[in-house]
Amino acid sequence: MQTVPWKCLTYYSRYTWWVQTGKLFTVLLAVLMVCRCTTLQAEEESTVPQIAFINSQIESVWADAGVEPVERATDLEWCRRVYLDLIGRIPTVDEVLRYKNDHSRDKQSVLVDRLLSDEYVREYAKHWSNVWTTVLIGRDTDNRMIDRSGMRKYLQTAWESNVPYDQFVEELLTATGDNADRSEAVEFNGATNFLSGKLGDGALQATAKTAQIFLGLQVQCTQCHNHPFNSGVKQNQFWELNAFFRQTRALRRFDGGRRVAWVELVDEDFAGQGGDPNEAEIFYELRNGLIKVAYPVFIDGTEISKSGLLPGSLGDGTPYGVHRRRELASLIRSDPLFPKALVNRIWAYFLGYGFTRPIDDFGGHNPPSPPALLDGLAQRFTEYSYDLKSLMRWIVLSKPYGLSSRMTPGSEKDAPDSGEPPYFSRFYIRQMEPEQLYDSLMVATKTNRVEDIERQDRWLSQFVMAFGTDEGDSSTTFNGTIPQILMLFNGDLVQEATSLDRDGFLDQVMVANHKNQDRINALYVASLSRWPSSIELRYANQLLLARQGRVKEALQDIWWALLNSNEFILNH
Amino acid sequence: MNGRKCRGPACSESSRRHFLSHLGGLAALSTPFASFANSLLANAEDLKKRQKSAILLWMGGGPSTMDIWDLKPGQATGGPFKQIATSVDGIAISEHMPMTARQMHHLAIVRSMSTREADHQRGRYYMHTGFVPNPNVEHPGYGSLIAHELADTIESLEIPPFISVGGGSVAPGFLGTTWAPFVVSPQGNVKNLESLVPQERLANRLQMLGAIENRFIGEKRGQLPKDHREIIGKSVQLMASSQLAAFNVSEEPTSVRERYGETNFGRGCLMARRLVEVGVPFVEVNLGGWDNHSNIFSTLADQKLPDLDRAMSALIEDLADRGVLDNTAVIWMGEFGRTPTINGNGGRDHWARSWSAVVGGAGFSRGAVIGETSLDGREVISEPYSSQDLMASVLKSLDIPLDTTFRSKNGRPMKIANGGQVIPGLCS
Repeated sequence: MQTVPWKCLTYYSRYTWWVQTGKLFTVLLAVLMVCRCTTLQAEEESTVPQIAFINSQIESVWADAGVEPVERATDLEWCRRVYLDLIGRIPTVDEVLRYKNDHSRDKQSVLVDRLLSDEYVREYAKHWSNVWTTVLIGRDTDNRMIDRSGMRKYLQTAWESNVPYDQFVEELLTATGDNADRSEAVEFNGATNFLSGKLGDGALQATAKTAQIFLGLQVQCTQCHNHPFNSGVKQNQFWELNAFFRQTRALRRFDGGRRVAWVELVDEDFAGQGGDPNEAEIFYELRNGLIKVAYPVFIDGTEISKSGLLPGSLGDGTPYGVHRRRELASLIRSDPLFPKALVNRIWAYFLGYGFTRPIDDFGGHNPPSPPALLDGLAQRFTEYSYDLKSLMRWIVLSKPYGLSSRMTPGSEKDAPDSGEPPYFSRFYIRQMEPEQLYDSLMVATKTNRVEDIERQDRWLSQFVMAFGTDEGDSSTTFNGTIPQILMLFNGDLVQEATSLDRDGFLDQVMVANHKNQDRINALYVASLSRWPSSIELRYANQLLLARQGRVKEALQDIWWALLNSNEFILNH
Repeated sequence: MNGRKCRGPACSESSRRHFLSHLGGLAALSTPFASFANSLLANAEDLKKRQKSAILLWMGGGPSTMDIWDLKPGQATGGPFKQIATSVDGIAISEHMPMTARQMHHLAIVRSMSTREADHQRGRYYMHTGFVPNPNVEHPGYGSLIAHELADTIESLEIPPFISVGGGSVAPGFLGTTWAPFVVSPQGNVKNLESLVPQERLANRLQMLGAIENRFIGEKRGQLPKDHREIIGKSVQLMASSQLAAFNVSEEPTSVRERYGETNFGRGCLMARRLVEVGVPFVEVNLGGWDNHSNIFSTLADQKLPDLDRAMSALIEDLADRGVLDNTAVIWMGEFGRTPTINGNGGRDHWARSWSAVVGGAGFSRGAVIGETSLDGREVISEPYSSQDLMASVLKSLDIPLDTTFRSKNGRPMKIANGGQVIPGLCS
């Protein structure tokens, strides 16, 4: 533990002493000065054109809807939020103090740049690998055709090197090799896990998920009939898209036993269901029982060669064949929906709501709101070579992301939870994702198990509830209901986090601080990134009394209460 | 009082009272915990007998009802299964449901369900809520709705009013998180019930927690922080409740456990009976694995139907024997049926146009068949019924008024069961 930050805690405890002894005036003056500075900063327009674009678009949304944006979030609220959203955990005490003590005008962009720099690259990549693992393969851990840690290894590497998004998607769509990193599996390529579990039943899942995740199109019901309300998606298009996956097979590999040890994804010549590899078609059935034929045709009508053969050349050098997945990847990369689907997903991740609901269902039946912001951001993202860090930087430094989550009378009209379109006139409060909670507990208590991914997965799996369908869809009980509360009240993770072991977090707090006041401050900053209120201090002192001088136990009680609080679990 | 932990079901009545009295002491601090603590103290004294309950047997994946309840022997679409007679003259069901056949006089089959949602997620939502998915409103499902409507009859209930065994059900929609399903495993293990510290100290911790929660709520940050505080109250109540014993199916005699079947679904059905008996108004028991796109007949004959038959017949018989069936509606359904056409892999695909649901108990007719499908099973040839109609009938069987109207968060009025009509002949 460094010494300087703890001295700051002592310093802040004096403010509280002033409040308690009636010297309110000094504090009020300080508060007024801070407010004044904040207002000045708020009025300053960003010089980054993309951020200025977001701000002006959102301001016209506010004006059109007649809503008044709330005030800006406080410095420390914003700091906690940006750590959670960019690197997946709350800031440590040192990090909070460092930000607090930075008095430069551009402290926000300095922090964002730092979080996106090499200094935090491992945590950044780990967090986004959590997010994308859930997007790409869901939370269900039961599928033997998927190797979660293989998926994660690939994602960690990809996000550490900040692979451009279009290249990232191409790698996922065209991957071949072994899905698990093990000595027998020599051609390890974790990217294969996106498709390895989705090729059964004629690759229905591969078709549906590829369209949904990368193009924001819900095509799964068009397997059997035309889309009931999205007139843009017809049944033939589902099967024509499906045909792109028919050269790909997921081969089960065993290591002696009957369990699948790993899966190898390979491309093979496809003879077609009619038996002619030069015109390798698939058949599908209309609702009236008629059988139709489909060849690979992209959703925009672009046809590729009907050949089912992989590329090669005859003796005389004449080339033949086609690599269907590679063709698909390049068609997806150049589709106008491709950057929009990503921008919508990332915006919804940071702001709580996307431009459409759900975020992956584009079409005439579900127009985006506001459309110009989605289109403009997608265009700028494309111009920036699909650089994800740039997109994130624009969003977190924009006005709407910097607003407080407190409601005011002027912002009441902005009520997306009641079905109205979101106006982004305040920060929509939301619960942390389970992975964010896990990593925040780890960092807040310095248990330093951040690297133990398998333990994290075991812990996460307790919340997953499968629905019993072949699609492997599931829901989570990590949704603010009783099981989640009980887990934080009484579960092993919090038991560990509140342990009084030597050199544990509470022990360190005891040793590093001599006054109880400073110890309590330390707990508040470590968990809530703020200092306690005077009322809270009164309760804390009651606890010290109740524990009759057993200070460590009292701190343990306070720490338990902080980790179980709404303010801790909610990203505000 | 030191070091003694309350283990929920194992915790004695006296230590439980003691725990509650600690919480009662919070009243003076005007924390949110005071009110629930006080109501706990009051309720512990007076265990009121409550009226109605419902059990939903949810068949995740979409079961092939034409191989179970509405067979088409001799037809190209009919598959290999034979029909057998039941305890009701003129009603025949699948040969793989012999034990349920003997309980048919308690049940009614609706053979004319006809819906439009043949995607799992959409079908699950529609059949649970009576509404098709709408991006702007989240509707409550059966469990949240019925628990909410029967709430005033369940004052003495200390465990959640909507319990889902072995599966996730659907979200509570605009009714809010407090009406969310409480999901338990079929083994009935409710995890993390045991407090890390003795009760006295837990009470101190809750005071501190209350101060932090209240401060944050006071900053006007919307509904989520308030919901959190409310769920904490319910969690503490649960930790102290003796009603937790209802989850513990291993307390039942071996003969009873064997009658239901030593399967997850069997244990779930037995748990449902125990939960209904302590006053839980809604229990959903999940049996997945009906998404039989291939090899459907061997899967049904060897695995799914024997497990279903044993557990479902045991539940109906047991509820009837204990005199609880008259107050308990049982509903059997999945998100849709399966294609009459048998596909190239010996399976059946998703099919919503003509399928069956089964109900029994409470105010339902006994030993009845409603509606009819064509010879090949492809069409409903009598009056077709929707999810809304089935839901209206279930509500009627529980004496829940059908003129109840909700207001969603944006103030839009919404009729209970989406304005569905009670299916003629289905309620007695």
